[in-house]
Amino acid sequence: MKAAVIVFPGSNCDRDVAVALAASMGTKPHMVWHRDTQLPDLDLIVVPGGFSYGDYLRCGAMAAHSPIMREVKARAERGTRVLGICNGFQILTESGLLPGVLMRNKDLKFICRDVCLRVESGDTDFCRKYAAGEVVRFPIAHAEGNYFADAETVKAIEGNGQVAFRYCSPAGEVSVAANPNGSLGNIAGIYNDEKTVLGLMPHPERLAEDLLGGSDGKAMFESLVEALS
Amino acid sequence: MSRITPEVIASHGIKPDEYKKILEILGREPNITELGIFSVMWSEHCSYKSSKKWLKTLPTKAPWVICGPGENAGVIDIGDGQAVIFKMESHNHPSFIEPYQGAATGVGGILRDVFTMGARPIANLNALRFGDPSHPKTRHLVAGVVAGIGGYGNCVGVPTVGGETNFHASYNGNILVNAMTVGLADKDRIFYSAAAGVGNPVVYVGSKTGRDGIHGATMASAEFSEDSEEKRPTVQVGDPFTEKLLIEACLELMATDAIVAIQDMGAAGLTSSSFEMASKGGLGIDMDLDAVPMREQGMSAYEIMLSESQERMLMVIKPGREDLAKAVFDKWELDFAIVGRLTDSGRMVLRRHGEVVADLPIDPLALASPEYDRPWVPPAKRSVIDAKDVEAVCPAEALKTLLACPDLASRRWIWQQYDHMVMGDTVQRPGGDAAVVRVHGSGKAVAITTDVTPRYVLADPYEGGRQAVAEAYRNLSAVGALPLAVTDNLNFGNPEKPEIMGQIVEAIRGMGQACRELDFPVVSGNVSLYNETQGTAILPTPTIGGVGLLDDVSRSATIAFKEAGSAIVLIGETKGWLGASLYLREIAGREDGAPPPVALHRERRAGELVRQLITDGQVLACHDVSDGGLLVAVAEMAMASGGHIGAALDAPSTVALHAWCFGEDQGRYVLEVGHGDLAGVLEEAAEHDTSARVIGRTGGHVISVGGRAAPVDELIAANEGWLPAYMGEEMAGH
Repeated sequence: MKAAVIVFPGSNCDRDVAVALAASMGTKPHMVWHRDTQLPDLDLIVVPGGFSYGDYLRCGAMAAHSPIMREVKARAERGTRVLGICNGFQILTESGLLPGVLMRNKDLKFICRDVCLRVESGDTDFCRKYAAGEVVRFPIAHAEGNYFADAETVKAIEGNGQVAFRYCSPAGEVSVAANPNGSLGNIAGIYNDEKTVLGLMPHPERLAEDLLGGSDGKAMFESLVEALS
Repeated sequence: MSRITPEVIASHGIKPDEYKKILEILGREPNITELGIFSVMWSEHCSYKSSKKWLKTLPTKAPWVICGPGENAGVIDIGDGQAVIFKMESHNHPSFIEPYQGAATGVGGILRDVFTMGARPIANLNALRFGDPSHPKTRHLVAGVVAGIGGYGNCVGVPTVGGETNFHASYNGNILVNAMTVGLADKDRIFYSAAAGVGNPVVYVGSKTGRDGIHGATMASAEFSEDSEEKRPTVQVGDPFTEKLLIEACLELMATDAIVAIQDMGAAGLTSSSFEMASKGGLGIDMDLDAVPMREQGMSAYEIMLSESQERMLMVIKPGREDLAKAVFDKWELDFAIVGRLTDSGRMVLRRHGEVVADLPIDPLALASPEYDRPWVPPAKRSVIDAKDVEAVCPAEALKTLLACPDLASRRWIWQQYDHMVMGDTVQRPGGDAAVVRVHGSGKAVAITTDVTPRYVLADPYEGGRQAVAEAYRNLSAVGALPLAVTDNLNFGNPEKPEIMGQIVEAIRGMGQACRELDFPVVSGNVSLYNETQGTAILPTPTIGGVGLLDDVSRSATIAFKEAGSAIVLIGETKGWLGASLYLREIAGREDGAPPPVALHRERRAGELVRQLITDGQVLACHDVSDGGLLVAVAEMAMASGGHIGAALDAPSTVALHAWCFGEDQGRYVLEVGHGDLAGVLEEAAEHDTSARVIGRTGGHVISVGGRAAPVDELIAANEGWLPAYMGEEMAGH
């Protein structure tokens, strides 16, 4: 698998996801600067977490208009897999690669903690090493992760099986109590309609090593390596 | 230009005898720009004029110390060609006036102190002290400070991994925000601030200069009065995004050979950075202030020199490397300007609009700042409290009360607002004895803690100073790390009062003794005095930031009980010391008594024993015994298990039950030991000449002692409930 991580000014999970990718791929991903306009031959593009351009405007709004995103969009349209994590998810919704928006958390605070997620589908390139209905533990670290979309969009993404992860209890129950940020339908991550683009607020790269407290995130990178190699 | 009247002099915080010295140095009257420069350079905040004499007595050397106090931060050797660089610094006054920005810029400032030396910051910690929870301002200050720390640290992408938070009425008008940063560098690529090379360009990088924060250092050197909040314009505004770019740009340039010297612009901005660099190099600087990147029009030389705008650095670059350096800062979209040249004059010559606006000798200003030997009186000794004179209540009830008291309640509400995992190396998250952060790409880790027990320091500054150092040593040992060095942040009241000066002198004496006996030298620090409002001083708070090393990160202990049926072993001796304890304050409603004494030789032996046992894998869990005593420590281990592993304790008949449960005797640890390892552990303790006894067993869902029991889930609810409920009222009110 050939992968690239996009680096914006203010990205701060670029190194973390590069480490997790390298552990599964065996080689280091390309690190691509936001001002670049070309991408090498790739199977996967990762848009990492952080505070691109400081996120002083709406999160991800500036990054969505950076030079490199034009090329990322073009590649995504040609089917190159794209993974957006946290700020990366926000950038993908702002770019129009994924539907919906990410609003301020319902209690208005930044939240950093582990959450339980229910894997909604195990048959994508991102999740083939998980089973549908499996409960996994990833950390979240965001102030704007409250997913929202209009009723028609929600109906479409639900109907098309585009919800990738939902916040749930350790037993897998999708409930209000298990929803950390007020997301509609407890949505933690979604696909585009071809399931080639995934955006999620939780950070799989942060629990991809037992020493750090768990490795549920590792299977996502292994899924990608298996699917795209 | 303004005339220099006695009023102008006084409003700059310069005392008449200090002004006389200025006249002697210059041989003439200063102009207003020069007076402003003197005032910030000689402020308590920048000159340490009241504390210098005593700070010199602290031990600062060890074979592993690469650089002690005097630079931007301390540097220690961690082997394999790597160094850890760290410091703690206060941002107390600004945080009280404007909590969000005050705390945020405190984090920004301490980060710069560390990366200016060539280190990538890998961890932030914060030691916070707030007023009485019932004080009308406390909630607002907690909310603002926590949001500010998070807002800055989360954006900059450095994990906030630990710290401490206390509440006490003495901080009602003077909260404490002590921020610590730890960074990682290659030992042979450490950058210092001494300018070198006459003719070399002096370069300004980072944010533009505005009119914010003018006289922040002077404000931090005076007592607060009722109108202090009118000083809000002296508080700076932070921009963590620019700081993130500045970190990356500086580290990128540092990987080349372009930099001769570098210094961040912190308190007193361009003034202190330029004077320090020149003074350390024994050189002069000719600076053209017109070249300084400015955010506002029409700024005077006075304003440019005294601005505390954030996210700025000053560098001396090798000749011929200007273009290379500029290209790096252009890439990161940061300002880059050559603002001056080094000279051999030993003078700072400043020009604005082509005219010389200041011409000052550097060394007399930077080195001859006043040094006071302020009068002090030793604090009165308090009497030792006998446990039988302290009310005994049901231990299960007292435990529940203590775990829900403001000083012991869970801080989860705070640290969940901090990104404590970014950078992917946080091995022990907040909530344990010390944070453990892996050295990136290796199997080693650093352990970090901040500690001080202000009520002990008030009761006996000497013992309290010793205890603060010993507790840091203990917290690092409790995760299995070898304690290496400390940074100190000394927060006290007005040093012009002999009793406050007595606290300072005695606390430093105690700290120094503990650091010497524990081989735990002081490598950096900061002093914050005048923490008084309307004549009321804070509890003396000499915060200690300790750093230790784990050679093998997989051999680290955590506080959580791991399995039912293991032995609970208490290391260290218990006499049942209730003086100045939390039990005395929270249950008996008293704040008197002498604090528990620290026996440093026993402290050292116990630490060595515990580290040995952890390294050998003979310990399932380990927790030091501190605030609240033994029963609180055991309950914290049970709660950390998720609540499914309780403990049954057998109290000895030789100590009163409430004193055994809640006494705060020093030098103790609680270990969870599996049965197969128990004999070996007790044997090892005997070899270390350290008391170790089995005090109970893990298991069940309660903490039981003396025929009473407290369900662990109820304890968790009490412990976790207090802070969110307290802060929830803030939300409801807004």
